[in-house]
Amino acid sequence: MKATPNRPAGGPDEETGLPGLRSWRAVYGWVFASFLLWVGLLAALSEIYS
Amino acid sequence: MNRWDYVVLLVTMLGIAAYGLWRTRGSRDLRTYLHGQEKTGWIVIGLSVMATQASAITFLSTPGQGFESGLGFVQNYFGAPLALILIAAVFLPLYRRLGVYTAYEFLGVRFDSRTRLFGAGLFLLQRGLAAGITIYAPAIVLSALLGWRLDLTIVGCGLLVVIYTVAGGSEAVSVTQKYQMAVIFAGMAAAFVTVLAKLPLGVSPRDSLIVAGGLHKLQAVDFSLDVKRRYTFWSGLLGGFFLALSYFGTDQSQVQRYLQGSSLRESRLGLMFNAVCKIPMQAFILLLGALMFVFYQFQPEPVFFNRVAWQRQMAGGESGRLQALEREFSAVHAEKLRLIQDWLKASRAGEAGRAEAARTAAVAANARAEAIRLQVQGLMRSADPHASANDSDYVFITFILNNLPHGLIGLLVAVFFAATMSSKAAELNALGSTTTVDFYRHLFRPEASDAHYVAASKWFTAFWGLVAISFALFARLVENLIQAVNILGSLFYGVMLGLFLVAFFLRAVGGRAVFWGGLAAQVLVLVLYAVLPISYLWYNLIGCGACVLFSLILQSLEGS
Repeated sequence: MKATPNRPAGGPDEETGLPGLRSWRAVYGWVFASFLLWVGLLAALSEIYS
Repeated sequence: MNRWDYVVLLVTMLGIAAYGLWRTRGSRDLRTYLHGQEKTGWIVIGLSVMATQASAITFLSTPGQGFESGLGFVQNYFGAPLALILIAAVFLPLYRRLGVYTAYEFLGVRFDSRTRLFGAGLFLLQRGLAAGITIYAPAIVLSALLGWRLDLTIVGCGLLVVIYTVAGGSEAVSVTQKYQMAVIFAGMAAAFVTVLAKLPLGVSPRDSLIVAGGLHKLQAVDFSLDVKRRYTFWSGLLGGFFLALSYFGTDQSQVQRYLQGSSLRESRLGLMFNAVCKIPMQAFILLLGALMFVFYQFQPEPVFFNRVAWQRQMAGGESGRLQALEREFSAVHAEKLRLIQDWLKASRAGEAGRAEAARTAAVAANARAEAIRLQVQGLMRSADPHASANDSDYVFITFILNNLPHGLIGLLVAVFFAATMSSKAAELNALGSTTTVDFYRHLFRPEASDAHYVAASKWFTAFWGLVAISFALFARLVENLIQAVNILGSLFYGVMLGLFLVAFFLRAVGGRAVFWGGLAAQVLVLVLYAVLPISYLWYNLIGCGACVLFSLILQSLEGS
């Protein structure tokens, strides 16, 4: 028995379906920006209440 | 716990398990059994990935860690978002394109059969050994404080997971994880609100942040380059990146969760959901611990939170010394409370100098209190060497039992069981899948029917469930077990990640080079572990680096 391949990459899978973030590169950039934001907020918390 | 707590606990846990069984009733082919219906959307995938990682220890110990050491532990998760981006961009499309059931099948396609078996074997070894711990570690804390029998707690919780995981396969795991995460979110939010509501009149949430920060509990980010410091931005970013890459990218218990997405898009968004939510979720749980620390500054604070162990020692030979230390701790605690009240009063009045003087004195009093607590812990350990569980594991459950209203106590205990069951189910599902697909089908019965493989997968899942329960029942025979399992994980995870990194990024390297390179790296890691006195976490990096390097060298020798 062979494994059945999933739907291949391409077509609908290539679309993110997210408003304002049309490419996956943009999604990754947004996630990276949110990472920087969280680190920045935590660093600010450390600084303000130290 | 009263009967309302038991009603909440039993209805929640049995209800979720029964729902999982009902939703997944009927026969299934192998793909559906191992990957679900493949209609799963990104929110369920995201919650499933989160639930698999978050075991009961996450919710029992992490608030205790926040109580004891503050928010610094959150830095360990700084590498996770970057690793998840890499997995979504590179690992995931390849796994889906090849239509693999397990991550190790990919090694077989990319290299050869023996490298696939090597990777699958490393996974079974480390995950199989760790399987008992996910049940044992929370069971020992809960049974001690709730007065339940440890063996019945382990068997009851373990069998419930085995039943619905065996019956419903991967779909049952993700269906139940969705509701288990809902219970976990509701319970943790209730605990957070309770901590804030239980602060004394006149102490605002902002005051609690001032006290927590002034006593060094809000130091979340440390950019220091000092390698001796336990948690820093750099160690979290680098070490956390490799750890998250190997865990999310190559551990079948995680790979199986995101491969059940209805499309590449759903799987990717499920991973991105975790990349965005992981850091704030951990920060929230640690902040809950830091706020519990503030709560206990205004309330009588136990010098040792594991009251069952404490009462046992009160009847022993060290009771005189322990009582003396408890009195000393209470006196320091009272002094600290007076100083904190002065500090907040001066702070509100805008008297910066007086506030700073009171804060400095409160910090010194807190250091004295911590020193007494350490002495008590040392005495407790020397009196009973088997009482090795960290006292900070008991902080959150003690707070829950003493401060939450009935009904909510049941909900919070349900949180710990939901977390145990959600991570355990994913582990058993992955162990059963890997044993069936990478060993049984690959080596012994390559041409059997689909129904045969589903039956085999159920038997293997049940087998691993019973191994986990048995291991948990006999866990107390091994001293410092949790650390032992963590060490074993670090000894094998690095090489496994190395195999996958070579597969993805070094296209010139073939099967023979990576197999012998991986084997040599594994031997090197074991030899170094025997002779070098360094932290075991480094072996993740050493194993990965050695595997990649040896594979490259062997490939170049082969080529020449």
